Amino acid sequence: MLEKAFTGSKKYWTWIIFLLVLIGVGGIFYLRQFNIGLTLTGLSRDVSWGFYIAQFTFLVGVAASAVMVVLPYYLHNYKQFSKITILGEFLAIGAVVMCMLFIVVDMGQPLRAFNMFLYPTLNSMMFWDSVSLFGYLILNVIISMVTLGAERKGIAPPHWIKPVIIFSIPWAVSIHTVTAFLYSGLAARPFWMTAIMAPRFLATAFAAGPALLILIVLILRKLTKFDVGKEPIQKLAIIVTYAMILNVFFLLLEIFTAFYSGIHEHTLHFQLLYTGLEGNNILVPFMWASVVFAVIALYLMINPKTRVNEKFLIIGCASVFLSIWIDKGLGMIVAGFIPNPLGQTVMYAPTITEIMVSVGIYSIGILIITGLYKIALSVRNQLKYSTLPD
Amino acid sequence: MNRRNFIKIVSFGGAVTVATKLSIDAFSGTNANQHSGKRWAMVIDTRKCIAQGGECRKCIEACNDSHNIPKFENPKDEIHWIWKDKFKNAFITSENHYLPQKLNEQKVLLLCNHCDNPPCTNVCPTKATWKRDDGIVMMDWHRCIGCRYCIAACPYGSRSFNWRDPRQNIGNLRDDYPARTKGVVEKCTFCDELIARGGMPACVSACEEGALRFGDLNNPDSDVRKILLDNFSIRRKPELGTSPEVYYIV
Repeated sequence: MLEKAFTGSKKYWTWIIFLLVLIGVGGIFYLRQFNIGLTLTGLSRDVSWGFYIAQFTFLVGVAASAVMVVLPYYLHNYKQFSKITILGEFLAIGAVVMCMLFIVVDMGQPLRAFNMFLYPTLNSMMFWDSVSLFGYLILNVIISMVTLGAERKGIAPPHWIKPVIIFSIPWAVSIHTVTAFLYSGLAARPFWMTAIMAPRFLATAFAAGPALLILIVLILRKLTKFDVGKEPIQKLAIIVTYAMILNVFFLLLEIFTAFYSGIHEHTLHFQLLYTGLEGNNILVPFMWASVVFAVIALYLMINPKTRVNEKFLIIGCASVFLSIWIDKGLGMIVAGFIPNPLGQTVMYAPTITEIMVSVGIYSIGILIITGLYKIALSVRNQLKYSTLPD
Repeated sequence: MNRRNFIKIVSFGGAVTVATKLSIDAFSGTNANQHSGKRWAMVIDTRKCIAQGGECRKCIEACNDSHNIPKFENPKDEIHWIWKDKFKNAFITSENHYLPQKLNEQKVLLLCNHCDNPPCTNVCPTKATWKRDDGIVMMDWHRCIGCRYCIAACPYGSRSFNWRDPRQNIGNLRDDYPARTKGVVEKCTFCDELIARGGMPACVSACEEGALRFGDLNNPDSDVRKILLDNFSIRRKPELGTSPEVYYIV
């Protein structure tokens, strides 16, 4: 089945080579970072996690969001998702691989990464996070390969796969819950120490992930003959809409609690993000862009007239994705560190190294997703032709 | 085999296992240090410190010299085990607009608090940092993977990371203490290498004014216990439940 990823049109190969070039460039930047150290990043003893960990956090959400197609299709037997489910699972595989790579490039001693499993530490949330991510990767690889393999042969998937799929549903929720626990259990970082972090992570995941999936499906329809149909896209759009409403609602709850109580160690971080703190306002334009995208998204997605119109739906989904990417992929992690535990405002901005390494990792993810989608589409195409009457 | 014999054999086997385990533990010696019954702590008399003026850095330099701590121009790369910062930053949760002038202007010494409930050891995914029975929060620089979760978890900013190779920036490289590699976290260890030989931490020995005191809190006759009995002392962020073991007399 894998061989299908290695045959394709000129366009396909141009895309692959383009991604490989980006991976190569990112790789060179990473080798430099590996040799010289993380000093090449903008990180410091005050802001010790930054762009890499933020991308990791965002992508765990994208990975977990596959459950939004798996659950309706397998648990509720929602047949309309039959074509889109495999795309969601493959998207999750690419996203989990990116998550793991972002963790590795953030490590000071990546060659010791397996110490995590040599000395398993049950009280560390990072241990549980790596267990849940590895498990989720394995689950998705097994499920997608078995179901697609059966489809290719034109037979029903084996019975044992059903419980595995059901098992993967709570597992998907767990990966983002445990990721939230990485942050929300730290007394040292009041900005993160909020019980609503896990629910909010899930809401952002179930908004941004399916929004991305809608965009991908629409792109696929344009580039290939693959069409999932109108109805599953609209169903996904409703999921995105509800999740985005919940996300904004949760954010407003956070802001209420922080500012009505007026506790400084909670309000200062929000001030840093939305108004600037002690003259440091590098994040402010981004965060307000996130707000504007959220407003546009909510307007276009809630209004049924614009949601069913695919032109507006594209803008709506792109806005959802961008709003959440800025919020989680730029603001959330950094704001937890500023001000620092001594109340000092030490700023952080990603360096060219961090950005190029991240571009490299995103390219690896996109390459994996491209290859997997190629396989899925080839299998589906064959199926279409083989079922045609002679 | 009847039931009686079965129970006999099982309980005998169990007893042998427990006895073996106990005797191995008792004779292994590896844990001897950890069951010392001690609880190391430090008392910092900021009055004596402040009386010396802002320039006194004897304790900091003694620490830097004895632990191969590098000096970097770029504050982003800085590493410090013991350092100074303003009172209002050190005691951020004791906000007060009307501090005595001296406290407001002068800086206080900061270091790892060797907490009773250290959040840093709790989050470490590889047990590269842990709390000994005598209260010292230790680091294993050969196991640390450099994930920096402990830095995120420390409410005191007491941990540093080797963003780059420290060796070129160590003024006088000592060979009786390990220099670290890039990519690992480090911090104050209460000079475990000195107190193991019955000595005092380097910073305490360096302070001729006696502003730094170190000792065993479990010993009612110890220096630190007596000082704490006679003086009102405060700790950094005790409300977090970490139970820091560095006490400040102000």
